[in-house]
Amino acid sequence: MSRIICPLLCLLFGAIGLFQSGCKTVQPWERAALASYPMRPDRDPLGTTMVEHIYFSREASSGGRGVGGSGCGCN
Amino acid sequence: MSLLNKKIIALFFSLLALASVAVADVKVGSPFPDLGTFSLEGTLPDTTGRVVLLDFWATWCAPCKASFPAYSAMQKELGDRGFTVIGVSVDKKQEEYAAFLKKMAPGFVTVRDGAQKLVSTVKVPGMPTCYLIDRKGVLREIHSQFHGDSTIKELREKILKLLEEKP
Repeated sequence: MSRIICPLLCLLFGAIGLFQSGCKTVQPWERAALASYPMRPDRDPLGTTMVEHIYFSREASSGGRGVGGSGCGCN
Repeated sequence: MSLLNKKIIALFFSLLALASVAVADVKVGSPFPDLGTFSLEGTLPDTTGRVVLLDFWATWCAPCKASFPAYSAMQKELGDRGFTVIGVSVDKKQEEYAAFLKKMAPGFVTVRDGAQKLVSTVKVPGMPTCYLIDRKGVLREIHSQFHGDSTIKELREKILKLLEEKP
């Protein structure tokens, strides 16, 4: 095989690998599912409260997210 | 060079050419694609010789919802002077589209691009995006996002300028 063909084949397979990959950009008009309510991180109020409580306790920073408190960690 | 080598080189450059072919998005200063060729759900108004604001929206897009009263008011105010607002929904679900329209009752024509053919061709940069098309059917302005009064003021000035132009 000649010197020209090898690099060309490498480039060809490289290009195929690049363009045929599984990555896809979600277009602005395709974001219906992403904008739906179940996709919200705070969709479950009870779950959010529990996570926040754990965060406050662990970080000893009650009120760290705008909740009233002095930061004593006694919440 | 052997025949096989020539064929491989030809194949390589053919694939490169194919990869570089992209669907052309619309450009300011070029004629806007004919809406009648995109199988849109709903009846399109006659826009011959009119200034058109083509707004891409969706039921799940909050700023799109906020823009409806403003576009309705503009249609009411400037409709007699040759201005038409056309809302193009990109919703895939017909029932969501219908429920939204029933609730919002827009004062302008809306159609649905359920197959998302038009929006894929136009390649809107974000939701919402509106396209200002002059009386000759040429795209004159692309405006992305909606920021309330500032957007309305900006669009209104541009629309009034376009309305002054003769067909």
